[in-house]
Amino acid sequence: MTKENITAEKQFLTPFNVVAGIILLVGAAITLLRFTKGIGAVTNLDNNNPWGLWIGFDLMCGVALAAGGYVTSSACYVFGLKKYHSAVRPAILTAFLGYALVVFALHYDVGRPWRLPYPIFYSQGTSSLLFEVGLCVFLYLTVLFVESTPAAFEWLGFKKIRAWVIRLTLVLTIFGVVLSTLHQSSLGALFQIVPSKLHPLWYSGYLHVYFFISSMFAGMSMVIFEGTLAHKWLHHKMDETHLAEAEGVVLGFGKAASFVMMGYIGIKLIGLAVDNNWHYLTTGWGFWFLVELVGFVLFPAILYGMGAREKNTTFIRIAAFWTVLGIILNRLNISVIAFNYHLPSADRYVPSFMEVGTTIFIVTLGVVVYKFIVTRMPILYEHPDYKEHH
Amino acid sequence: MEFFTLHDFMTYSKGITYLIMGAILVFMPLYWLYLTDRDD
Repeated sequence: MTKENITAEKQFLTPFNVVAGIILLVGAAITLLRFTKGIGAVTNLDNNNPWGLWIGFDLMCGVALAAGGYVTSSACYVFGLKKYHSAVRPAILTAFLGYALVVFALHYDVGRPWRLPYPIFYSQGTSSLLFEVGLCVFLYLTVLFVESTPAAFEWLGFKKIRAWVIRLTLVLTIFGVVLSTLHQSSLGALFQIVPSKLHPLWYSGYLHVYFFISSMFAGMSMVIFEGTLAHKWLHHKMDETHLAEAEGVVLGFGKAASFVMMGYIGIKLIGLAVDNNWHYLTTGWGFWFLVELVGFVLFPAILYGMGAREKNTTFIRIAAFWTVLGIILNRLNISVIAFNYHLPSADRYVPSFMEVGTTIFIVTLGVVVYKFIVTRMPILYEHPDYKEHH
Repeated sequence: MEFFTLHDFMTYSKGITYLIMGAILVFMPLYWLYLTDRDD
């Protein structure tokens, strides 16, 4: 074996590649099992719990945490905050991959992938919120795909078509905000059909508002969190502009997230007051509700606020990670944990290890594709041929 | 708190709601000032 071959093998067999490779192989095996033996062979879903981890995490959390795309692009292009420009491409890419993986993950639940276009083109259920969610995700995924193509065109050297897409930026951003407003809230509204199944502390006539408002700080937190990881592992891919603007993005988004989170706590209290649910707070479920609201919303909101005021980016980065966990907890509470709360423990849903494995597989797939794109295309740096265009 | 009519319930729950809304109206601008008063 030559020296070059040994070096290439060493470069390929990094700890990340080995772990990711094993996860992808296990995921492929579960996928094969799911689509040959049926959903019952790999999940603990039943008639009481037809939606489990794949909907609760892959879809609900995936959509919320992909909100960084519309938040960042609207801050930059609609509100004119150009100091956040360097955060737009990573945020759009994360959002695109997030939504693409949401659709990918949905196949595991729904099965029969060849019928994916049916709700849009063949048999529209226009009275269903799921139709609205499906239509919005279909359109927004298309918007995100078009929004993320300039980086690919710059990489491939397609100058003319890139110039055309760049002209559409503002229109696409506005369309993206409209679509996000619609489907982020609709995902919450979906659960308004189950007032008897969802615990009253989480059920509310304002669920759609909660989902939309929480998607804003979920998106901002995800941009900060992902930026932190990128700075640690992909620092060498960033240019001077990106590195110079990074602290401003963290401080600005931290401040905005803190303010929105305080507002969110306010409307959650209003929800409790309108339904007069205060007495539930002294129960076990009430304790769990307060863990979510105080531990994973109020605490990071204060941490964000202190970080923004003291210009302490460490506080903000910790708050961002904490908020991402909080969003995951909130979406899982609504779709899995506090759902069917009245059922005896024997009938409660606990995901099988293959459901968890599929979720880890899908997240890993997203990370691998993100790394593949970021190490090749101008996402974390400006392409030298187009610097004057920005 | 016991309620005998829907009117009782609405009076109580809306009353608390409006108090919270008033508190939010006072709190949020103050919190914004807290977040921004050290900005250049």
